[in-house]
Amino acid sequence: MILVLRNNDINLQKDYQKIVKQSTPRPTIFKNCILAFITGGLICDVGQFFLNYFKSLGIDPIQAGTPTSIVMVFIGAFLTGIGVYDLIGKYAGAGSIVPITGFANSIVAPAMEFKREGYVFGVGARMFTIAGPVIVYGVTSSIIIGLIYYLLRL
Amino acid sequence: MDYLYAFLVGGAICVIAQILMDTTKLTSGRILVIYVTAGAILSALGIYQKIVDIGGAGATIPLTGFGHSLAQGAIKAVKRDGILGAFTGGLTAAAGGIGAAIMFGYLMAIIFNPKTKP
Repeated sequence: MILVLRNNDINLQKDYQKIVKQSTPRPTIFKNCILAFITGGLICDVGQFFLNYFKSLGIDPIQAGTPTSIVMVFIGAFLTGIGVYDLIGKYAGAGSIVPITGFANSIVAPAMEFKREGYVFGVGARMFTIAGPVIVYGVTSSIIIGLIYYLLRL
Repeated sequence: MDYLYAFLVGGAICVIAQILMDTTKLTSGRILVIYVTAGAILSALGIYQKIVDIGGAGATIPLTGFGHSLAQGAIKAVKRDGILGAFTGGLTAAAGGIGAAIMFGYLMAIIFNPKTKP
């Protein structure tokens, strides 16, 4: 084998790279997209169910979004706690990340993981590994938008 | 019928994220930051409300909807309270979701332990 390597070093490397390329599974983007579409759509339908329910209670349609978000956040956090959400995420990809349940997942998962580092800097800090940046960029954008709107109205 | 539109719009928003994840090196955290910011900008331009009108929860449940409610909260508060509203409106509108995420997130992290990987 060593002899072969010396003699056909370059050829062998090329062959090896070819084999690696062939046997590495190509990212099956199409399949991922179908799975993301279905799970994302289904999660939104669960949200639609609660939205309709809160509207049927006589809550103003614009206000009904808030209790819907709260219920969906609870579901996402609970399913992450019992380990189900990560199972869904294995197949769903972005379909489980982008909905607000995925936002809840991004809070609970690292917080659980780092519990051994304590309740303040383990749980308390790690909760915001992803939620922190999201809130920072979201709130900052909203303030800038508010200021621009204020200036345009002057 | 609203379930069909919620499914289609929500699914489509997730597919865009999936394509971004598969074709670029963006991690899920970056996707969420891009989505919340994009949602706020599209909302300010008046585009996102049209998507919400069609998709209902399909547009408000994805994180772009979080950006939308932040931006609309800021705009509405500016109309009511002037410049102070720019600072209070966004967080006021999103307070329910953020508050629930912090409390439920903390509780679940305390109650449950991560599943040991085999």
